[in-house]
Amino acid sequence: MKILLKGGRIVDPASGRDEVGDLFVADGKILGAKEKPDRTIDAKGLVVAPGLIDLSARLREPGDEYKATLASELDAAVAGGVTSLACPPDTHPPLDEPGLVDMLRRRAKALARARVYPVGALTVKLAGERLAEMSVLADAGCVAFSQANLPIADTQVLWRALQYAATFGYPVWLRAEDKWLSREGVAHDGEMATRLGLAGIPGFTETIALGTVLQLVRATGARVHFCRLSTAAAVEMIRAAKKEKLPVSCDVGIHYVHLSELDLGYYNTQCRLDPPLRTQRDRDALAAGLADGTVDCAVSDHAPVDEDRKQLPFAEAEVGATGLELLLPLALKWGEARKLPLAKTLARVTSDPARVLGVHSGRIEPGAPADLIVFDPKAPFQVTPESLKSQGKNSPFLGYELAGRVRATLVDGLVVYEQ
Amino acid sequence: MKLPDAEQLLPKLAAELKPLVKPGTAMIGLYTGGAWLAERLHPMLGLEQPLGLMDIAFYRDDYSKQGLKHDPKRTKIPFDVEGRDLLLVDDVLYTGRTVRAAMNELFDYGRPRSIALVVLADRGGRQLPIEAQHAGAKLDVPEGSRLRLKRAADGRLSLEIESGR
Amino acid sequence: MAANPQLNAHGELQHLLSIEGLPREILTQILDTAEPFAGVTEREVKKVPLLRGKSVFNVFFENSTRTRTTFEIAAKRLSADVINLNVAVSSTSKGESLIDTVYNLSAMHADIFVIRHGSSGAPYLIARHVKPHEHVINAGDGRHAHPTQGLLDLYTIRHYKKDFARLTVAIVGDVLHSRVARSLIHGLTTLGAPEVRVIGPQTLLPAGVEALGVRVFHDMRAGLKDCDVIVMLRVQNERMNGALLPSAQEFFKSYGLTAEKLALARPDAIVMHPGPMNRGVEIDSSVADGPHSVILPQVTYGIAVRMAVMSIVAGNN
Repeated sequence: MKILLKGGRIVDPASGRDEVGDLFVADGKILGAKEKPDRTIDAKGLVVAPGLIDLSARLREPGDEYKATLASELDAAVAGGVTSLACPPDTHPPLDEPGLVDMLRRRAKALARARVYPVGALTVKLAGERLAEMSVLADAGCVAFSQANLPIADTQVLWRALQYAATFGYPVWLRAEDKWLSREGVAHDGEMATRLGLAGIPGFTETIALGTVLQLVRATGARVHFCRLSTAAAVEMIRAAKKEKLPVSCDVGIHYVHLSELDLGYYNTQCRLDPPLRTQRDRDALAAGLADGTVDCAVSDHAPVDEDRKQLPFAEAEVGATGLELLLPLALKWGEARKLPLAKTLARVTSDPARVLGVHSGRIEPGAPADLIVFDPKAPFQVTPESLKSQGKNSPFLGYELAGRVRATLVDGLVVYEQ
Repeated sequence: MKLPDAEQLLPKLAAELKPLVKPGTAMIGLYTGGAWLAERLHPMLGLEQPLGLMDIAFYRDDYSKQGLKHDPKRTKIPFDVEGRDLLLVDDVLYTGRTVRAAMNELFDYGRPRSIALVVLADRGGRQLPIEAQHAGAKLDVPEGSRLRLKRAADGRLSLEIESGR
Repeated sequence: MAANPQLNAHGELQHLLSIEGLPREILTQILDTAEPFAGVTEREVKKVPLLRGKSVFNVFFENSTRTRTTFEIAAKRLSADVINLNVAVSSTSKGESLIDTVYNLSAMHADIFVIRHGSSGAPYLIARHVKPHEHVINAGDGRHAHPTQGLLDLYTIRHYKKDFARLTVAIVGDVLHSRVARSLIHGLTTLGAPEVRVIGPQTLLPAGVEALGVRVFHDMRAGLKDCDVIVMLRVQNERMNGALLPSAQEFFKSYGLTAEKLALARPDAIVMHPGPMNRGVEIDSSVADGPHSVILPQVTYGIAVRMAVMSIVAGNN
């Protein structure tokens, strides 16, 4: 099918291109030359950009289908303009077997919505004891290896895992979190937790683990991507590590550049997140770090949770917020607050995560995969349980009005969502 | 409307009450106006028992609608109520509900031999079968207005009308 | 959630969830109202008919005979009907959610729910789900708040010391895990106590506690100097053999209140303890039973304060 996206403001963060024009798509690729279209999409007054690439979205399959399904969440993804997403290995059972990975990829492919890149388990059952069969898992389609939110307590296992991954050049995605320091806490260890009487997770839970892993990176040469930074101090450490030219990258959950511990209010369980929302200073440092590129990209960290598990006292509520449909408007909100050009804002959710993922999409150039979105950056988006397609209605932004709605999403040259 | 001078009513009431005072007779004044009145009457009658003061906040019949309206004071009854002749003193007798509450509270302290109600002003408008044995004056106050006893800084008592509740 | 969940549209007390966030006037109203109730508890007929026909449900998800009993006595003295629900052993153990338990109780037409729960914030969740004429009183939630205890501590202090504006108050012990300490700190700062101190080892003081308006002391002798009020907190057994405190003996050595340390405070200082006491751990028997101790009167005032709280909320519909 030959598709013409006509008259839109074409923004390509990778090249810096930002101009009104026409874009042609055929056979799953962006074309260099003009061709007669089978279909025209009027993009006048709208932005045409690469589809969003989200490095962390939980689809809840296999195992947690009562919370959400591949179908519902991939529908939500494309409605939110996310054309590629990586899903963490903490499914039930975890992604430590090639059969599971293969099945996940097939099912996702059959649904023909967003592209799904599974991240494999670093250790068997994510238990932090035995190395998973990374080579076999890579063959089945895993793009990286991770422990999801389950830190490895045994530093020797961590060291061996990084050595092994480095041997084959597999990227390792890790949460910097000291398991001992975080095990009882449910909120940032600071004023808010003290007021609310909640067990705290100190900021150095992150920096202690970060320091450990950085040392192991120096020793092994493993390529490590740090997931969900939450402290100002960690941003500083990454800055120094990059200056030192260590092979590291990192991301931040998009919620963390907007919210802080103050948003817990009167025990708002929609703000029960992992890592916890920290101080305003941390939030500001993360927002600044994302702007100057120290933090490579933003992710949704999408985690659908059913209402019963949120209608509980704070410490008992399940962690997580829904995010696939909010990644774009929240990224735009961040970019506007920082007065960034649109191309730079979008880079953090398109070309930069593409680089971390090692894929060719996330750019607009002839021959690149036709994963594109057409969106209205000014259109209002009322965040309500009805307006969210995801089965997870759990969001700190419920009741808010955000700006930025996707009008059309193309994956592999096919229109998978239209409004 | 012209209101009588409370200061002139006081000796009139005292004169009326003095012959009726028995050896064990005691007096209880209801906060706030009744307490002020009782504090003046008590020495005038030369009663043996110290003055009792009562707040009826916990016995009112309008709690469900109004809640606890003002900061209640502590009821102090420094004598045994059991078998006693009591003079219950209030400033204004109107619907009778305050006196009903006062009697209910009183009976939680013991069983008096008799209770005589003494008021400075009876403004009619009774909603319950309650009457004052001794009233300084009978007044016809228009409905919707409040008749109140006021105490000046120098202790001088006076009756005043406030329109609107 | 911008509006104060404890107040109704008229700014009156609908629920008592925490002392934090309550205006000074409401705290004072509660203390002033407790005064005449203390008088009621001293006479022979200890009842008033105020809450006649109303039902008070004690819903305790965490066991506590003491607190539950004082609420029961307070409710009965107001002529209310009292139902005690030890939920810890009934429905929630069968897997019923907190919200479902509340809905079921609501269907039984309660007027007041007195809630004690092990998780901070549980009463707020409950208050969001009760009917408009139902009132929630927090009898202790996790380590967050125990507002009626805080209020009775304030009442006790006011009874002996009259004016908060001149007081130096020290709170000693496990502040980290103490809802009693948090409630008292909020009450003291709201009522204008100029110096509130917390005394304890680093392991037992919460992060950022200074933000609550207190001065931190690790040296008990320095912290007790010239104090008017000393509040000793209970140290729970579970804390004493782990990574927080090595032993009870060690705690007593540095943070136990002895006559010798008490002498550093003002000569007319009062000693308080929310109870139950661990003699020889937080406090020496000679001090607990001595002339400065007001620990027993605290208990009496507890009933009057709870009567005041119940009668104020139940009247605000």
